[in-house]
Amino acid sequence: MTLTLETRDLTIRFGGHVAVNNVSCTFRPGELTAIVGPNGAGKTTYFNLISGQLRASHGSILFDGTDITQHSAPLRTRAGLGRAFQLTNLFPNLTVEENVRLAVQAASGTHYDLLRPWMVRRDLIARADSILDQVALGSRRGVAATALSHGDQRKLEVALMIALEPKVFMFDEPTAGMSIDEVPIVLNLIAQLKQDRSKIILLVEHKMDVVRSLADRIIVLHNGQLVADGPPAEVIASPIVQEAYLGVAPKSAA
Amino acid sequence: MMILSGDPPRSRVLSLLLVVIILALAATPFLFPGAKALNVAAKICVFAALVASYDLLLGYTGSVSFAHTMFYGIGSYAIAIALYGMGPNWAAVATGIVTGLPLAALLALAIGLFSLRVAAIFFAMITLAVASAFQVLASQLSWLTGGEDGRSFQLPELLRPGTVLISKSLFGFEINGRILTFYLVFAISALMILALLRVVNSPFGRVLQAIRENRFRAEALGFRTVFHLTYANCLAALVAASAGILNALWLRYAGPDTSLSFSIMLDILLMVVIGGMGTIYGAIIGATIFILAQNYLQSLMGVAAKAADEAGLPLLPGLLHPDRWLLWLGLLFIASVYFFPTGVVGRLRKAGGGKGAGSSH
Ligand SMILES: Nc1ncnc2c1ncn2[C@@H]1O[C@H](COP(=O)(O)OP(=O)(O)OP(=O)(O)O)[C@@H](O)[C@H]1O
Ligand SMILES: [Mg+2]
Repeated sequence: MTLTLETRDLTIRFGGHVAVNNVSCTFRPGELTAIVGPNGAGKTTYFNLISGQLRASHGSILFDGTDITQHSAPLRTRAGLGRAFQLTNLFPNLTVEENVRLAVQAASGTHYDLLRPWMVRRDLIARADSILDQVALGSRRGVAATALSHGDQRKLEVALMIALEPKVFMFDEPTAGMSIDEVPIVLNLIAQLKQDRSKIILLVEHKMDVVRSLADRIIVLHNGQLVADGPPAEVIASPIVQEAYLGVAPKSAA
Repeated sequence: MMILSGDPPRSRVLSLLLVVIILALAATPFLFPGAKALNVAAKICVFAALVASYDLLLGYTGSVSFAHTMFYGIGSYAIAIALYGMGPNWAAVATGIVTGLPLAALLALAIGLFSLRVAAIFFAMITLAVASAFQVLASQLSWLTGGEDGRSFQLPELLRPGTVLISKSLFGFEINGRILTFYLVFAISALMILALLRVVNSPFGRVLQAIRENRFRAEALGFRTVFHLTYANCLAALVAASAGILNALWLRYAGPDTSLSFSIMLDILLMVVIGGMGTIYGAIIGATIFILAQNYLQSLMGVAAKAADEAGLPLLPGLLHPDRWLLWLGLLFIASVYFFPTGVVGRLRKAGGGKGAGSSH
């Protein structure tokens, strides 16, 4: 049985506001799905529902054949759902290396090891260092996360998810606010992850050129609803996207 | 370095200070004659361990507990009641230990699982409520606890002052049961502090720091933080109860004032802040400064006031009168918190150019 992630009628209400409205969608390995939609469309909220930071008001989430709708965030992470946050979410006063080492430690299932000093866990340290090199943060390993530039913090955010070795990668605008020369590092990383055909990759992204170059499939959220789903060329050309997302009147663009 | 779990003091002045304190404590029976010096030294040992265990909670996990003296009291009363009821024998000591420690751990487990799921303020309030209830309970159950009078008891033969272990003729010093008890207190306190240093520098300890920094993110990494916090709460309670046992053994007494009152809780808070939170070493420094000031500031001021009087200085003799010692103690604390917000240890590490936590390889 292949790995799938599926949401069925997934809905969440904040008071009267329905932020995610009856979204049913299935994600498969080897497929990079871009999730697009205007600001406030519910993309981040959809991610929060999947990775467990929010609980659904209605509907269900199935992962790898299990209904995880009621599972807590840590349990979902352990099951293989990896998340990089849109708003950088780090351990500010710990060093860059400690940040990543914590994620490596979590992935290795080291939770209650309290009789050994952490330095004897050479395996964790080596793995953390290799991930830092992957995101070009090797030279910053001893710096407190809070002292990093915005771009470096975004890279660290991605590094934490990679360190978890998840089955599902959820990127929430990973390159937002990055300088031009930093963006390719992250995009190359995502492209590399794509090579491994066994992973499910979800990418929330506003930049259409990025979406075009990376995505195998695009879904469009608008006012919390799934309004389009298909191959990139088709979805981008569809009138509903032209109108809802690109803010262009139908048929005025190719 | 392994005995310090790879977390050395990281400041030359601090290392020196620690070595001096530890050597002075170890040599107190020979260097400083008299019962008072030995009492002060024993209290420093007990409080260094007690404050270090509080630092595990406050400094490393960021949770504020008001129940730390309760666990300390549970240890004290367990040993006191056992020795009082069963007589001065080792079976009673063992009974006190095997009832006191599990009781403390179970209570910490219950409080943790119940209140550490949610916001940190809830934990603080629950610990406050439970600790107050426990205090009332201890005074109500006077048939067991001796009420306001507490329980005085005798120690097993070996630990009594009258028991001469090595006579004076051998080394020029008499080693008696009292001195043996002191070294028992010293050694067990030292072991507990080293164990806490190990815990905070273990992979588990790093998770505690991660929770303090950003609990939401720690959860997103797959750590079920309520269990980590509860575990830390139990460990802290066990060390606090053990410190309580040592204190009761040293005093041969457990009562509301020495083992359970909220003023002890305040002392612990001050010591951890003065020493430096999240460092463990701060506990040793904080306990030493605080307890020395508590015990010797008054007599020091007496000397100073007399000197000022003889020198004919105006105003000063009045200000330095020994009766004002509490005022000066308060000012001392305010000043130290104001000038060293990161505590003595934080201050010294910064001055020594020490880097952030865990940066040593
Ligand atoms: N915890 C919450 N409580 C109340 N309303 C919320 C909450 N989280 C999100 N919302 C609302 O839900 C809607 C969707 O927000 P969401 O952050 O998912 O949008 P988004 O598609 O990620 O937008 P952006 O592109 O700006 O990141 C918004 O109107 C937002 O105000
Ligand atoms: Mg968003």
